[in-house]
Amino acid sequence: MIMRVLLAAIIAGLLAGTIASAFQMWRVTPLILAAEVYENKGDTAGTQTGAQASAPEEAQSWAPEDGIERTVYTLLTNSVMGVGFAFILAAVVMFTGRAITLRNGVLWGLAGFVTFSLAPAAGLAPDLPGIPAADLMARQVWWAGTVAATAGGIALIALQDRMALKALGVALIAAPHVIGAPHPANIDSAVPAVLAAGFAANTLAMMALFWIVLGVAMGWSLNRAGTRAET
Amino acid sequence: MHTNVSSFSIASLSAQERMATGVVAALLGVFMLFGVAFAQPDILHNAAHDTRHAITVPCH
Repeated sequence: MIMRVLLAAIIAGLLAGTIASAFQMWRVTPLILAAEVYENKGDTAGTQTGAQASAPEEAQSWAPEDGIERTVYTLLTNSVMGVGFAFILAAVVMFTGRAITLRNGVLWGLAGFVTFSLAPAAGLAPDLPGIPAADLMARQVWWAGTVAATAGGIALIALQDRMALKALGVALIAAPHVIGAPHPANIDSAVPAVLAAGFAANTLAMMALFWIVLGVAMGWSLNRAGTRAET
Repeated sequence: MHTNVSSFSIASLSAQERMATGVVAALLGVFMLFGVAFAQPDILHNAAHDTRHAITVPCH
């Protein structure tokens, strides 16, 4: 049983990760590369605006070569990301005992998108290289806390019948935004705002596509895996 | 070990089966996502750099 569910998740995750990768190559990566030109200019001029002065270290450690090698690593890590999110989705399906099907898969996908992309992005805008940001650890903590609160809130709203518990769900979703995400004191950046705006819109579009494909594919693969096995 | 089920149904699983499967899937998923999205070592950061930015997690 465990293998059957994991296999279905792997299939759905790889499919969604691959489609997201294609979208990323087309709409997102060109913006990252364009921003890095400004980011690197800023570094050499000694006017790095990020709170974390990590770029000089990165220059010395291994990184994939620009071009095909970098693309291959992105494809690889996107696949791991896709399967990782698919495992999380499968786990939630198992814990809640609610079926995921070809029909309702889009709703499961949208819940994942709101939880892991839209809600965190409302506090920490998608982060283009060279755009100033607060301390990395503080942002990671806020990001993880927002994901947990949003997931809990959606679960209460979707799974509980009592109005008081649904209202608690709404409060949980709002809480991280009332507390507020960490932001840097200095927001000067050499990267043009138009790049960052395009990046924010296109990364969210990419993740919406990823999650909708993942939800629908999981609805298909999980049921398909069951009908094929053990005839 | 195997039961003869012809179609997959969440409802046909026992609560223990669902919980065990959920725990295994959640642990694997969190492990993979932590490596791709959060782990600090430069080698992991640099390999996953464009993915981290694209999936809108804090990168650097």
